[in-house]
Amino acid sequence: MNVTVIRAGFLATVQDLGRTGYRQFGVSSGGALDLHAMRIANLLVGNDETAAGLEITQRDVRLRFEDERIISWCGGVYKASVALRSIPAGHSTLVSAGDELSISGPQQGCRGWLAVSGGIAVPPVLGSRSTDLRGNFGGLGGRALRDGDIVPLGENSERTNVWIDNLRAERIAQWSAPQPWSQTATANPVLRVVRGAEWNSFNEVTLQRFTSEAFAISPDSDRMGVRLAGPELRRTDDVAEPGEARQLFQERLRARSSEPNRKSWTTQPIEPIGCPSGRKRLDLVSEAVAPGTIQVPPSGMPILLLGDCQTIGGYPKIAQVITVDLSVAAQLRAGDHLRFSEVSIAEAHGLLLRRERELERFRIGLSLHDS
Amino acid sequence: MQITALGDSAVIVRLRDRFEDAPDETLNEILRTFRRLQEAAIPGVIELAPAYTTVAVFFNPLRMINDGAKPDGVIELLVQRIDEALAGGRRRHKRTATHMAEIPVCYDLEFAMDLKRVANHAQISPSEVIDLHRGAEYRVNCIGFTPGFPYLSGLPDKLATPRHTVPRKEIPAGSVAIAGAQAGIYPQKSPGGWNVIGRTPFRLFDPQRDPPVLLQTGDQMRFRKITREEFESLNG
Repeated sequence: MNVTVIRAGFLATVQDLGRTGYRQFGVSSGGALDLHAMRIANLLVGNDETAAGLEITQRDVRLRFEDERIISWCGGVYKASVALRSIPAGHSTLVSAGDELSISGPQQGCRGWLAVSGGIAVPPVLGSRSTDLRGNFGGLGGRALRDGDIVPLGENSERTNVWIDNLRAERIAQWSAPQPWSQTATANPVLRVVRGAEWNSFNEVTLQRFTSEAFAISPDSDRMGVRLAGPELRRTDDVAEPGEARQLFQERLRARSSEPNRKSWTTQPIEPIGCPSGRKRLDLVSEAVAPGTIQVPPSGMPILLLGDCQTIGGYPKIAQVITVDLSVAAQLRAGDHLRFSEVSIAEAHGLLLRRERELERFRIGLSLHDS
Repeated sequence: MQITALGDSAVIVRLRDRFEDAPDETLNEILRTFRRLQEAAIPGVIELAPAYTTVAVFFNPLRMINDGAKPDGVIELLVQRIDEALAGGRRRHKRTATHMAEIPVCYDLEFAMDLKRVANHAQISPSEVIDLHRGAEYRVNCIGFTPGFPYLSGLPDKLATPRHTVPRKEIPAGSVAIAGAQAGIYPQKSPGGWNVIGRTPFRLFDPQRDPPVLLQTGDQMRFRKITREEFESLNG
């Protein structure tokens, strides 16, 4: 059985929890930019956490179902409805054959994750069903969804079938995920970071400003990364004069913000320097980067990397967003502002552990609805 | 050796500060370290990624805590495990017989948008550029940028050419290119700023293969000149 894409919106892709083991071949980890939200949405429809769902990015999406399914979504402040009935985030909802789901927005945030019971049944490529847009593989033909696409679904699980019977009357379940997990967009968020490898090579004023001042999100942002405008981040051994780059950047920012119907939306990746010859002071030998890495190119304007980022980079790494806050990072959109605050790695692990324990309790809570 | 955190779920093991002083020796050391860490199979470590002077170790902190690490001592335990894995006597690794991969390249001007630029920069003729390029032996230092993109050392000094200041919006898949003292091959069509001097019909990255890449870090290779007809028949 399938789901038909009536309107694909701005950028909708098939995503799961991403790829592991292929970074050495230059393959990004990819997957849902908010892995936690994808897990929650899957659990709410009776799927395995690793099932593939849809990641939607801004603007309206409409889907039609061919058979009975449970659906749920998490993410930014979207409006979702089936047959004029509004479906709140983080709720298990029964849809019937022929039903149309429409998702519009977001009023706040940037992305949403939709799970459908049975999961999206495209063949796994390199161990994952996630769409790799730069490598053009995984997902549905290695590309974003288009209007008219037919997306295959897997079989409902036994758990889902029990839930379907229980939901025939009310359609929308009484139970739901904790709100901070299903509605992840916040105004002017503070992202927690740990120090990056080159933290100490930035001057004191820069480090102080980095953790106290606001940064604006540039429109040149996508699944690879978010470009930020704020105080110039200068290294102690900085020789470049970033004034010009900064001015260009801000002009571009103004120009782009006034374009309401942009078709493309990309950071235009360029090759990491690899191994610099003649070694300018700002060039480092390329090494691993990861989702959450905050790189500082010579312009002094940082780039926060997300799930589809390149595997290596040659820019100094000032800091790294902690794993639990990648959910917030996935909701940043042009014009938003954010701040950074420093935590220790042990604190980051403590927060991750706490969330995982809450998730375990949530799983147990869900299993109470199995009969 | 120095180990630094890359966020809360990875560390970077840095073996040397510079690469270009002794590329082969550094590369061999990186590959040795990569294999040792692979063999050590440290619980909670999910992935290793070598690059020039470093090996990145990605781990799942929750798995390490489940496995007995103190929640506030995960990194310390990981560093200790890495140290243990890399210490000890020199285990003799059979050097896997290095085969010389051969990548066919068509240098026709239609494919070689920057052949003249490289020739002008080196103050030699385009055919001399081709002869130098195909006469050299290269080694894969790192894979990155896009899936399967090999960064190659071994480019004859004379061919070193700075990258374009304004990158091209689209470079075709298979483009064989030069930037600074490095050579490379674009496996996918992508934006890029390297100087393109030819094109290979080979697919460097195929997600349906295992491993998905034709060239891996440490591999040796050379380029073989082919005609346009050969290009078409190999491309089929």
